[in-house]
Amino acid sequence: MTKPMTTDVNATNRPAAGHRLVRRRGRQLRERFIEGLLFLAAASSVAITFAIVAILVSESLPLFKEVSLLDFLTDRQWTPLFDDAHFGIMTLIAGTATTTAVALLVAIPLGTVIAIYLSEFASHRLRETVKPILELLGAVPTVVFGYFALLVVTPLLQKIYPDLPGFNMLSAGLVMGVMIIPYVSSVSEDAMRAVPMHLREGSYAMGATRLQTAIRVVMPAAFSGLAAAYILGISRAVGETMIVAIAAGMQPNFTLNPLEPAATISAFIVQVCLGDLPHDSLGYKTIFAAGLTLMLFTLVFNILGYWLRKRFREIY
Amino acid sequence: MVELATNIFDAPGSEPATAALKAESRHLNFHYGAFHALKDISLPVHDHSITALIGPSGCGKSTFLRCFNRMHDLYPGNRYQGEIVLYPDNVDILAPSVDPIEVRMRISMVFQKPNPFPKSIFENVAYGLKVRGITQRDLVETKVEQALRGAALWNEVKDRLNELAGNLSGGQQQRLCIARALAIDPELILFDEPTSALDPIATASIEELMLELKEQVAILIVTHNMQQAARVSDHTAFLYMGEVIEFNDTKKLFTMPDKKQTEDYITGRFG
Repeated sequence: MTKPMTTDVNATNRPAAGHRLVRRRGRQLRERFIEGLLFLAAASSVAITFAIVAILVSESLPLFKEVSLLDFLTDRQWTPLFDDAHFGIMTLIAGTATTTAVALLVAIPLGTVIAIYLSEFASHRLRETVKPILELLGAVPTVVFGYFALLVVTPLLQKIYPDLPGFNMLSAGLVMGVMIIPYVSSVSEDAMRAVPMHLREGSYAMGATRLQTAIRVVMPAAFSGLAAAYILGISRAVGETMIVAIAAGMQPNFTLNPLEPAATISAFIVQVCLGDLPHDSLGYKTIFAAGLTLMLFTLVFNILGYWLRKRFREIY
Repeated sequence: MVELATNIFDAPGSEPATAALKAESRHLNFHYGAFHALKDISLPVHDHSITALIGPSGCGKSTFLRCFNRMHDLYPGNRYQGEIVLYPDNVDILAPSVDPIEVRMRISMVFQKPNPFPKSIFENVAYGLKVRGITQRDLVETKVEQALRGAALWNEVKDRLNELAGNLSGGQQQRLCIARALAIDPELILFDEPTSALDPIATASIEELMLELKEQVAILIVTHNMQQAARVSDHTAFLYMGEVIEFNDTKKLFTMPDKKQTEDYITGRFG
C-alpha cells in the first residue's frame, strides 16, 4: 500500500457499503440529544455554585459601601441589628473557630482510633456489624444533637464545673464532635483498608506488631485519605448550624473560651433569617457577608484537602 | 515422601559438602481452611547456602516459604501441622508457645513485588531497628549504612537517604527491601520470587547479591525461573501439588534428576 494507486484499485474492488453500515441520521441525533442532556446535568451544578457565589458577592457588596472592609475584619463587636451597629466578623469567626476546635479535638482522635481498630484489628464480622451502626450516628438529625447538647450534656458538664452557663460552646462542640466521628472514621477506615496487603506483610515480616504496622506503615501510606477525612470533618464542623444555634447561645461574643456562650457564623445567619428584617436593611445584608465568609472558609479547606490528596497520593 | 526425607538425612554422603543445618521442616502439613496446601513436607535448609524451591504455580512453594516466618498467622483459618525446627536453638518455630514476632526478628523476608514503605530510604532500612526499640542515632546510622552496602545500594543512594523510597527504580527498590531485611542481622532470609517484577539487569544484580549474602546467612528462595534456581542455588526442591517430589543438590537435580516427574518439569514437558 505504498502507492496511492493501489488504494484506489482496492477501493473500486470493494463492494458498496451495505445497508447496515450506512450512518443512521436518527441514531446520531439521539446520541447528540443524550450527550446534550448529560452536559446540561453536569453544567447545572457548576452553574448553581457560581450563581450562589455571585448572589453572595452582589448582595454583600452594598454592606461594604457603608462598612469598610478594615472594620469588617478588625472590629471586635458584631452588633449589626443595634442602633450602635458594629460589623466585626471576627467575633463570629471566633465562635466558629472555638466550636470547630472543640469538635475536632473529639472527632479526629476518636475517629482515627476507631478507624485503626476497624481496619487493622477487628475481625471481618465485627467490622461489618460496627460500621453501619457507627454510620447511624451521622444519620441522627442535628436538631436532636442540639437538644441533646443543651439538655443532657450541659447539665452533666455543670456538675463538674458549676459556673458553666446554660449556653456554652464546650457542650455544643463536644456533641458536634460526636456527630462528626462517623464521617472521620468511615473515610479514614476506607483509606487505611485501601493500603495494599503487601505493605503490611512487609512490616510484619520485619517483626513489627499490629500497632506498629498500623501507625508506622498503614497510616503514612493512607495519609492522603486521612487528610481528606479530617478536612471533611472540619468542613462539617465549620458549617454545622443547628447544634451551635441551640446549645451555644446566639449572642455574638468575641472569645476563644469554650466555657462561654457565643454565636457562630452559621448560628447568626439562622437568627437573622428567622427574624423579620426588611429586605433592604443593612442587617439583612450582613447575612450575605457572613454567608460569603463561611463559604470562603469551606472553600479554603476543600482546596487544602484537594492539594493534600494530590501531594501525598500513594501510587501502589 | 517420608522415605525421601529419611534418605536425605540418613545419607549425608549423597549431599554436597555443606555447613550445618539452619532449619528443617519435619512432616509439615498446612491447610488454608479446608484446602490441604502442603502435604507432609520434610526438607532441610542448610546454613550458608541457597536452597531453591521450584515447581508450577499453585504447587505450594510460596506457602511453604511463608511458614518459616509464620506469615500465615496473619490470616484466619490457616492451620499448621508438623514442625519447622530452627537451629542452633533446636526449637520448633511453629509451636503455639513461640511468638511469631520473635521468629520474624530472626528470619527476614523479601517479597515478590518490591514493597518499600512510604518513608525515606533511610527510614525504610531503619524500620526493623526502630520496631525493636533501637533509637541510638549513631548505631542506627551505622546499621543502615552496613545494610545498604550489603545490598549493593549504598553508592547509589548515599546522597539522597532522605528521599522517598518510592522514587527509586524497581531494581533499586528491591535491593532496598533486601537492605531492610539485612539491617536486623537475620539468620535466614526468605526470598519469594524476588526478581519476577524486575528486568534482566536488575535480576542479575540481585542474583549476584544473593551469592554474596550466603556467606553470612542461609537463604531460602522461591523461584519460577528454573535458570535462576540453577544459577544461584546449592540445593533445589521440586514441589508439585503440595508435595516434595525431589530434593537434591542443584547440579544433580538439573542434570540427572532421580525422578521422572522432575525431569519432565525441568525439560519443560509439563508445568
